[in-house]
Amino acid sequence: MKAPSPDITLRYIKPFVFVLCLLPAVFLCGQALMDQLGANPVETILHSTGEWALRLLLLTLCVTPLRRGWRWHGLIRLRRMLGLYAFFYAVLHLCVWVVFEHFFDVHALLNDILKHPYIMVGMAAFLLMLPLAITSNQYMLKRLGGAQWQQLHRLVYLVAIAAVIHFWWKMKLDISEPLIYAVILGILLMLRHPAIAKRYG
Amino acid sequence: MLIRSSSKIKSSEITSHSVYQARRDFMRDMGGLALAGLAPAACSSTEAEGQSKKTQEKRFAHLERSPFSTDETPTPHSKITHYNNFYELGTGKSDPAKYAHRLRTQPWSVTIDGAVEKPGTYQLEDILKPHTLEERIYRLRCVETWSMVVPWVGFSLGDLLKRFQPTSKAKFVAFETLHDPEQMPGQRSLFSLQWPYAEGLRMDEALHPLTLLAVGLYGEVLPSQNGAPIRLVVPWKYGFKSIKSLVRITLLEEQPPTTWHLMAPDEYGFYANVNPDVSHPRWSQAKERRLGGSFFENLIKQETLPFNGYAEQVAHLYQGMDLHQHF
Repeated sequence: MKAPSPDITLRYIKPFVFVLCLLPAVFLCGQALMDQLGANPVETILHSTGEWALRLLLLTLCVTPLRRGWRWHGLIRLRRMLGLYAFFYAVLHLCVWVVFEHFFDVHALLNDILKHPYIMVGMAAFLLMLPLAITSNQYMLKRLGGAQWQQLHRLVYLVAIAAVIHFWWKMKLDISEPLIYAVILGILLMLRHPAIAKRYG
Repeated sequence: MLIRSSSKIKSSEITSHSVYQARRDFMRDMGGLALAGLAPAACSSTEAEGQSKKTQEKRFAHLERSPFSTDETPTPHSKITHYNNFYELGTGKSDPAKYAHRLRTQPWSVTIDGAVEKPGTYQLEDILKPHTLEERIYRLRCVETWSMVVPWVGFSLGDLLKRFQPTSKAKFVAFETLHDPEQMPGQRSLFSLQWPYAEGLRMDEALHPLTLLAVGLYGEVLPSQNGAPIRLVVPWKYGFKSIKSLVRITLLEEQPPTTWHLMAPDEYGFYANVNPDVSHPRWSQAKERRLGGSFFENLIKQETLPFNGYAEQVAHLYQGMDLHQHF
C-alpha cells in the first residue's frame, strides 16, 4: 500500500488526528461531570493523563521510522502536533498531582519529589520536555538553526526513557503495562540505530 | 408542587438497601436482555421477585450495633465492592469484582492450629455459631493513601481465639488466605506475590477488642471481592494487614513471616500501623483520600491520623517502641 501523499496528510489526516488526540481529555471531562470515573476519580484522571502523555510521546517517536520505512514523508507535518499533545497531557498529569494530590503545598511537593524516586524521574521527564515545547514553534526553529534545534530535540529520547522508568517504578508488583511500553520504546530506539536505519532509510 | 422536607419523610418510605440492590440487579439484568432485544414485558415481575428473594437470603437477621463504630458516613456499597486490592483475583482495582464469581465460598473450613489446646479444622458454620454478629463501622486506610468507611459485620477475633484456648507459648498469630490457583486467577499470574498470602499479629493485637473477623458488609454476606467468607479487619493498620478469605489461623511463639514484608522489607513492616509521620518509599502517608460521595467531594486529601484515629484505644500496645524502626 502506498503512503498517503503530503497533501492528503496535511489536509485530511492532520485535522482528524488533532481531534482524535483531544478525545481522551474530552472523555475524562465528560466522565467527571457524570461521575463515571470509578471509586477513585482523581486516581483515574492522574493515571489516564499520564498514560496518554506516554502513548503520544511514543507515537511522536513513530514518525521518523514510518517516514523512512514507508516513505510517508508527509507524516513530518504531524510530528510537532503529536509532541505538543504529549506535552499537553503531561501538563494535565502534573497539574492533577500539584492540585489534587498536594493542593499547592510546596513543602509536600518537594518532599514527594525528593523522597520518591519514581516522582523524581517523572519530574525530570517533564522538565526535559519544557525546552522542547518552548522551541517547538517555527520562530525558535529559525532562531536556533536546524542543526542546533535537532540536537536539542534529541532530548526527547531521554524524556521517553524517563517516562517509562517513572511508570515502571510506580508499580508495586505487576509491571506488565510498563513492560509493554518499555518494549515499544526499545524497538523505536533500535530503529534509530545507524546500522538499522541505513537498511530501510 | 408539594416539596416535603427531609424530616417529614417517614423511615418506611426510604428504600432499604436490599430493595435498592434488587432494583439495581433487576435493571442490570433487564438492560442486558433489552440489548439483546429479548425483553418481553411479562417476565419482568417474576425476575424482580427472584432477585429480591435472593438478596433477602444474603441479609443477616439481627445485628448488634457496636460502640466501636464511627459515625462518619460509610463509603457507598458500589465503591467498597469495586475498588479492591485482592491480588489473588488480579492486580487491577476492578479485577477482584470481575473474578469474584470464581471463588467458591461454600463449603468453607478454617484450620486453627499451633499453640492452642483445641487445634483442628472446623466448618465455617461451626466457627460462627457461638458468636453474636455485630455491625461495626470502621475507617479503612490503605497504604496507597486512599481510605474508606466500611460497615463490616463480624465479631472480635479475640473471642474466637479464646474458644480454642491458646497455650502460654502463643505470642503471635499467623493467618493464611486460600491458595487455589484454579479459583484465584491472580495466583497463576506471572507477576505475583508468594502464595498463600500470609499475615500476622502480635498476640495482644489479636486479642484487642477492635480486631475483627468480618463475615459481612452493609448487613449482607461478604462479597467475594472483599474477602469472603471470612476475613480479618485491623482498623488501625494499613489495609494489607487485614487478610482476606482466611483458611488458617496458627498461634506461634515466634513472629511469623508476612507476604508484603517478604516482598519488600523496606516498604512494608510487620506492624504496619497507620502513621502519618513515617513516609513510605512510594507514598507520603501524611494525607489520605477518603473515597465516597461525588467527584467533587474527594478532590482534596484529608489529614491521616496516627493509628488511623484509633490511637486512644491502641497506642498503649506500642509504648516504648520506636515506631520509625518498627513501621
